[in-house]
Amino acid sequence: MANDTPQTAIREPGDRPVYEDARDPVTRRTFIKSVIATGAVASAGGFMLTGLSGCSDDTAPAAGSVERLVTLNINGKNRPVDVLPNETLAMTLRYKLGLTGTKLACDRGECGACTVLIDDVTHNSCSTLTHSVRGRDVTTVEGLEQPDGTLHPVQQAMIDELGPQCGFCTPGQVMSGVALLKNNPNPTRQEAREGLAGNLCRCGAYDHYLNSIMRAARVS
Amino acid sequence: MSTKDMMPQFTLFQPTDIDNALDLLEKYGERSWKVAGGQDSYDWFKDRAKRPEAVIDLGGIADLHGIREVADGIEIGAMTTLREIVDNPMIAERYGVLAQAAGRVASPQIRNAGTLGGNLCQDTRCWYYRSGLDCYRAGGNTCYADTPEGMNREHCLFGASRCVAVTPSDTAAAVTALDAQMVIRGPAGERVVPAEEFFIGPAINITRMTVVEPNELLIAIRIPSKWAGADFYFEKVADRNTWDFPLVNVASSMIVNNGIVEDIRIVCSGVECVPKRIVGAEEIVRGSAPDAETADLAGSTASRGATPLNYNHFKIPLMENLVKRAIRGNV
Repeated sequence: MANDTPQTAIREPGDRPVYEDARDPVTRRTFIKSVIATGAVASAGGFMLTGLSGCSDDTAPAAGSVERLVTLNINGKNRPVDVLPNETLAMTLRYKLGLTGTKLACDRGECGACTVLIDDVTHNSCSTLTHSVRGRDVTTVEGLEQPDGTLHPVQQAMIDELGPQCGFCTPGQVMSGVALLKNNPNPTRQEAREGLAGNLCRCGAYDHYLNSIMRAARVS
Repeated sequence: MSTKDMMPQFTLFQPTDIDNALDLLEKYGERSWKVAGGQDSYDWFKDRAKRPEAVIDLGGIADLHGIREVADGIEIGAMTTLREIVDNPMIAERYGVLAQAAGRVASPQIRNAGTLGGNLCQDTRCWYYRSGLDCYRAGGNTCYADTPEGMNREHCLFGASRCVAVTPSDTAAAVTALDAQMVIRGPAGERVVPAEEFFIGPAINITRMTVVEPNELLIAIRIPSKWAGADFYFEKVADRNTWDFPLVNVASSMIVNNGIVEDIRIVCSGVECVPKRIVGAEEIVRGSAPDAETADLAGSTASRGATPLNYNHFKIPLMENLVKRAIRGNV
């Protein structure tokens, strides 16, 4: 995309785009989130209980096997949570900690929608056992913005370059972009392409994502 | 096949030393499953194609991590991630073919989690087997790929024995080209097996891809100094550049002295259940200059003995051309 004009030009300076207003007192987004939270128990139950006897206490845990009550370091906070032995990090983040920014698409490590950072390195959270991240630093897309709401340069560049089309793969693309720039602050376009190679986009907005990463590298 | 529910229940162990892990393997035997990076294991569990009772996560065993210099070459802990291998300056400088192969595995996310040991020990990608059918490899009595209707574009050219599956590992070709030694520990102690004997075909054991017994662990990969700094070549041909497994790949190590090839090892994955050394081509190249003429002659013999299936004849010229390029370079 040759157009370098910031897309914010169509709004008044200082206006916030509608999809950025989650911090306002009651917004469409927070309202929907609260409804989802109420339903989360039922929805999570659907996932967790299907054909699963792991929730019941009918057998004592085998000696030396993992404890279910663990504390995880997610986005710089300690989060105590009850984790099944067979639970993936994507499940824990979305259905137990309410961090639904991490998307679950293929659940087979093929698409990258569930990408998170573990000790600053990208991992597919659908293919990571939650128990294996004890004592490690997990960063999700929710953990990128600063406390005052300033977006991470990669996030801001995604807005300025209209990186996403439908947006479903965007959190994963953002996480791969953040990890790439941590490791290589000035990538070539080819290096950026390789850095995002693990994230599929069914809209085919790959070049827009690359434009975003290159802009983020320029401004940060 | 793809569903987004939980994996079936299992008991999870996270031992912190090798002996503890071996005790668990001894205790649970065939009801156990060793997890390295887990990038393949969890798919097996999610698909219900494998249902272990006890899962042993090896990620917490510090002794299995890291890249060390040893008396004759280097030793790579089996749980060293592919990313660590790609980023390691010592490997890049001396054993570039391994770094190149590791860098072409799957996607960045998978290389960050996936380990060298796991990549070497991974199971075949034959989808009939993967989908949970009762084929020979799964303990049944038929092969669904080797039938008139079987979709066998990705299957083998060599070494078929009831099963026609191939090794999907990129690093397996590289460690075989480097004549690596595999260090295996079990209840009886340690044994060291050359890479060429480490991988086994269906004629030896149809349900396994390596000599590692259920109660043993691959703990390290030793790469001898003989091949340090040799002329290396790696190329992988796959349907997609990311994530995908090789249709055919080639890895080679060549020692050239005064323009003459003193020694060479050429290995292809994707053509047999084990990484296939192209011994005939190696013999032609030894003692000659690694030029286009030698490459053409040796490459054209690379597929000798191949018995293609209905849909994989294309692998014959593919493999011959890859071997040619390994000898003369990709010009």
